[in-house]
Amino acid sequence: MKIMVAVKRVIDYAVKIRVKPDKTGVETQNVKMSMNPFCEIALEEALRIKEAGMASEVVAVSMGPAQCVDTLRTGLAMGADRAIHVDATGPLYPLSVAKLFKALVELEKPGLLILGKQAIDDDCNQTGQMVAGLLGWPQGTFASKVVLDKEKQLATVDREVDGGLETLCMDLPAVITTDLRLNQPRYATLPNIMKAKSKVIKKYTPQELNVEIKSELEVLQVTEPPKRKAGVIVSSVDELIDKLKNEAHVI
Amino acid sequence: MQKWRATRRLLLNSYSSKSLFHHPRSNPISDHSTTISRSSSGFESWTSRIHYRHFATAMIQRNPAFSTLNSDDINYFKGILGEKNVIEDEDALLFANTDWMRKYKGSSKLLLQPRTTQEVSEVLKYCNSRRLAVVPQGGNTGLVGGSVPVFDEVIINVGSMKQVISFDKVSGVLVCEAGCILENLVSFLDNQGFIMPLDLGAKGSCQIGGNVSTNAGGLRLVRYGSLHGTVLGIEAVLANGDVLDMLGTLRKDNTGYDLKHLFIGSEGSLGIVTKVSILTPPKLSSVNVAFLACKDYSSCQKLLFEARRRLGEILSAFEFLDNESLNLALNHLEGVRNPLPPSMHNFYVLIETTGSDESYDKEKLEAFLLRSMEGGLISDGVIAQDINQASSFWNIREGVPEALMKAGAVYKYDLSLPVEKMYNLVEEMRTKLGNSAKVIGYGHLGDGNLHLNISTPQYDDAILAQIEPFVYEWTSKQRGSISAEHGLGLMKANKIFYSKSHETVQLMASIKKLMDPNGILNPYKVLPHSIISYS
Repeated sequence: MKIMVAVKRVIDYAVKIRVKPDKTGVETQNVKMSMNPFCEIALEEALRIKEAGMASEVVAVSMGPAQCVDTLRTGLAMGADRAIHVDATGPLYPLSVAKLFKALVELEKPGLLILGKQAIDDDCNQTGQMVAGLLGWPQGTFASKVVLDKEKQLATVDREVDGGLETLCMDLPAVITTDLRLNQPRYATLPNIMKAKSKVIKKYTPQELNVEIKSELEVLQVTEPPKRKAGVIVSSVDELIDKLKNEAHVI
Repeated sequence: MQKWRATRRLLLNSYSSKSLFHHPRSNPISDHSTTISRSSSGFESWTSRIHYRHFATAMIQRNPAFSTLNSDDINYFKGILGEKNVIEDEDALLFANTDWMRKYKGSSKLLLQPRTTQEVSEVLKYCNSRRLAVVPQGGNTGLVGGSVPVFDEVIINVGSMKQVISFDKVSGVLVCEAGCILENLVSFLDNQGFIMPLDLGAKGSCQIGGNVSTNAGGLRLVRYGSLHGTVLGIEAVLANGDVLDMLGTLRKDNTGYDLKHLFIGSEGSLGIVTKVSILTPPKLSSVNVAFLACKDYSSCQKLLFEARRRLGEILSAFEFLDNESLNLALNHLEGVRNPLPPSMHNFYVLIETTGSDESYDKEKLEAFLLRSMEGGLISDGVIAQDINQASSFWNIREGVPEALMKAGAVYKYDLSLPVEKMYNLVEEMRTKLGNSAKVIGYGHLGDGNLHLNISTPQYDDAILAQIEPFVYEWTSKQRGSISAEHGLGLMKANKIFYSKSHETVQLMASIKKLMDPNGILNPYKVLPHSIISYS
């Protein structure tokens, strides 16, 4: 069984984000980029499944401009067998990404598609669900535990939901999106980095996959959240009530 | 379980306030320390951590020439500083009286917190006239007992002086007060696109005034050099209250004797640093960290040699740890995991590169590491793929001192030695002590600085007798330094002759006498007691 894993190149989690002065977006020039943390967890899970003998190959996929290849190299260095880069400039919203994945899945025919639950730059949390819908596949999202049954071709997924944990059982092929507590991703070791240099990264364009990228979304403005104001120490209960009523308008 | 914990805590507090530990000081006993350990069941492991180890040599007695505090003094200080900044409360004093390693505890009755240089000046002038001994204090993170009183010296803590005075975005010159915490300065500079030229594990608590006064080294010295190079100016207050304004921001100024260098590294014994002007390097965007395993020490050395050549200008840190250090860190620190697949490795090296071009630097580092691996210098290694992974590698290296504290008692030595010989000392100590103690070695291999630490469950004089003076003599034979970056403080006040000649030390004593005739600044520390004579 092949496992396909989606990895996204995003601004590094530890970087302090700055909004561009023209408010069209976030500053990405000269800013450290790395693999989306949830995608790292997705890739780690795929590698573990392969190491347990339940899969034959792990394919990492990334979509975007040429620099995505860096993220794919990291994925290969972690242990993925090959990589696919869908070369697309311009903004890629989740629906477009989902359509591209549908096309790739039809080409590669993996038994499992694993994605991070969301990307830390847009926090959309949509792509996994949309792909499952387009493919008509079952989905186990916010996975905190995944157990595969190779014979019965089933996946049992523990999901982190608001009320606690929900356990679902689904037939393969399926879509799984990973949550934080699923695993701790491995580091890229030197021997693997060395091996990664000879691994293949295949390039596709959206045209080759017969997918039209059109976005129905337009970003109007990006602003920083209002700066937190300093607290005020009130001198009496009356003053507190007055402020709550007339300034904060909560009572 | 809760009740037991509460009882333990109560007993603990009663130990510290009962001043049980003060008696040994008044009767000078033999050389070295007295161990105080309670061996009642259950409390042993806890109280063994709270050792007050007294450096009660036959020669340390409280200098009778120093006056004792009286209520007039206290009122005078309150007049200058205001009531809030004159602290006599015992609990607050407990923290200021005890060093980070909890090895040294003073019995000061007064903590002063001046807010301006003028206040520091007035306080010192008064103390000088009254012959009251003082201890300048900052973050109190020093490791040689230099930041806490030995007896009842007045503690002058500059922590309230924490303003950034100015920053020049073009030249990168930062002018700030001595009480600024290093990590806060790093955050401030981060917004401006710059970094501090020094970085150490204590950055969350240590203050720049203390860093300068101790000539702190740290993790980035291999790239940015020492504070003697990066500090452009200092404002300091002398023992008699005179304010010495040498707060230049010029890169080059050859007018007269460069006195600021006297204050850098003199550990508060020549004056109190109140402002610092420091040259900060620009923040470069591409930082890469690799954690590597080597099979023996000579591979580590060869790796350093190669790193200097192949990585060249982008090398920003080169640290090493031995296997025992890594195990200690993994066992005692939380949230830390072995970056390498579990396997027997003898040495670990952490390499950091900082440059301006991400892909170029990464390629350079990868090429260097792969080549070193093929050449057999490295047996395994990982490269951090994002900032979090890089931090986790650093947490291991920076966390070793903390892990040592958690493991029990520590005998800590900070030595500068020729790189080829460095690890021989660790191995000799290990053979000497056998099973009685755990000997670990780690440090700034790039600077030839070994941190030799001997970990035992309890402080034990028998073990100490096997360590000292052996370690110092060994170092002296290699013409090394018995204190590479930690300073002399109280711990090594009488050890300077292992690394400096008599004539040199005599001149130091003359300078001390000139600048602080009454000897009130941080007495009993830095220079040997035999040399300092108090009139």
